[in-house]
Amino acid sequence: MLDASHRSPSLPKAPGVGYKPQHFDALRSEPGPVTWLEIHAENYMGDGGRPHAQLHALRADFAISVHGVGLSIGGEGRLDPDHLARLQRLVDWLEPASFSEHLAWSTHGAEFLDDLLPLPYTDATLTRVADHIDEVQDLLGRQMLLENPSSYLAFAESTWSETEFLSELTRRTGCGLLLDVNNVFISATNLGDTATGYLDAYPLHAVGEIHVGGHDEDADDHGAPLLIDSHAHPAAEPVWTLLDYALRRTGPAPVLVEWDNDVPEWPALRAEADRAASALATIPAH
Amino acid sequence: MGTRQSQFRAALLDPAAPVPDGLTDGAGAPTVKRFDVYRNNVTVALIDALRTAFPVLRKLLGDANFDPLARVYARAHPPRSPLMMHYGQDMPAFLDGFAPLKHLGYLPDVARLELALRRSYHAADSAALDAQVLAACPPETLMGSCLQLAPAVQLIPSPWPLFDIWRYNTVAGAPKPQATAQSVLITRAGFDPEPHALTAAQYAWLHACQTGANLTEAQDSASATDPAFDLAPLLGLLLQHGALTTLTTPKD
Repeated sequence: MLDASHRSPSLPKAPGVGYKPQHFDALRSEPGPVTWLEIHAENYMGDGGRPHAQLHALRADFAISVHGVGLSIGGEGRLDPDHLARLQRLVDWLEPASFSEHLAWSTHGAEFLDDLLPLPYTDATLTRVADHIDEVQDLLGRQMLLENPSSYLAFAESTWSETEFLSELTRRTGCGLLLDVNNVFISATNLGDTATGYLDAYPLHAVGEIHVGGHDEDADDHGAPLLIDSHAHPAAEPVWTLLDYALRRTGPAPVLVEWDNDVPEWPALRAEADRAASALATIPAH
Repeated sequence: MGTRQSQFRAALLDPAAPVPDGLTDGAGAPTVKRFDVYRNNVTVALIDALRTAFPVLRKLLGDANFDPLARVYARAHPPRSPLMMHYGQDMPAFLDGFAPLKHLGYLPDVARLELALRRSYHAADSAALDAQVLAACPPETLMGSCLQLAPAVQLIPSPWPLFDIWRYNTVAGAPKPQATAQSVLITRAGFDPEPHALTAAQYAWLHACQTGANLTEAQDSASATDPAFDLAPLLGLLLQHGALTTLTTPKD
């Protein structure tokens, strides 16, 4: 359990974007409403060169959120000590306003499978994930945020709902939550739940950051809708509606626009950030 | 049976393997297509990473050949680290043993060059050695000294016209490769790695320096390869591209 004195600096309650190197110049000349950037930790775990130089320059003007995609918090094995050491070096150097990871696994044995893979919500998973979060928070000496996954299937052996599972993790570890409303919409659609029902049951008091992003539409074996978390489009209308629903309950929060594939020119991404700014502007301070 | 994650691992990278039991659509109905989303995500992510890592291999083979090759590679050699920037380490050995491409014997060295370009891109920054340091060093001291290469410097030995193959496939209007052996030196003066062609003697000199030889020993290595070896052009290139960091004299 994280000591309350280790509460970390927090992100601005304003729009941020997932940082892409091709937007380096545009972000410095016309950032629009963007005051913070999120980086994928693993892309900056080299030893130097342009990636590090760009971050050095950007951190003077933007708050930074370090978002891990490779720690495998839900892995059955122990966390990779080499990867933890790399993460600690990066966090010590950048002193980011936030560190977050996913409720998922990606490493098995010595292999990294480069996807956010799903977990059954059982007591055994809960204990393992809580232990891993404790290990990360103890190592970094700070609170981490845990992101809800986009789900395409459910496990017959699950005994917890995802929202209860996340609530219990925040109680056991003192971690915060990264609420991805695109993932909420995807999972609810894919698993036949309602997205607002999910948010009504979700521990919104623990939210330290919100994600919005785009998805693709497909269908499953039985013709039921199957949404895919692609981050390759503008966020869909129902996702913006869900953001409003969440913000009315959390109050102003850091809102990040994710766009990782088929990344557009800066004006298109900035337009998404403008939309996030509009959503935030209608929310009274809590 | 194995654990849940062992079952996933086995089925994710083998399209012929059965989908693990106990996976449903949320209402309890079994599903194959939903598991296939993860299969597809993993495979596509790894193929995309290989396309990014090996643009020249991809150009040489064409997408119609590269993508199936990348799929076979990804399933046999998934990443061993979350640092995807270095994914593809086994590609040279994989190509060496890939019978259908045996007639294109230079492909493994092209893969080595492309991996080295990425290592160089992500290598630590370093301050370049000032040419004045060399000029100020008495010749007898200099010849007993060692030169350190920058962390971004990479050397790729090759019996193929490796530099020309790389240039022909990346630079518009570059001349066609001729049948000659070219090893490659990669330097990184700023942030962008730059390949250079090396003669066999130049490679021998650099390899000696890289493995801790002093300048007399490096000169001997190069001269054994080519008695007419002249260090001056190589030294000029190394200084110009920030490829040297320190001169360690015997007293240091």
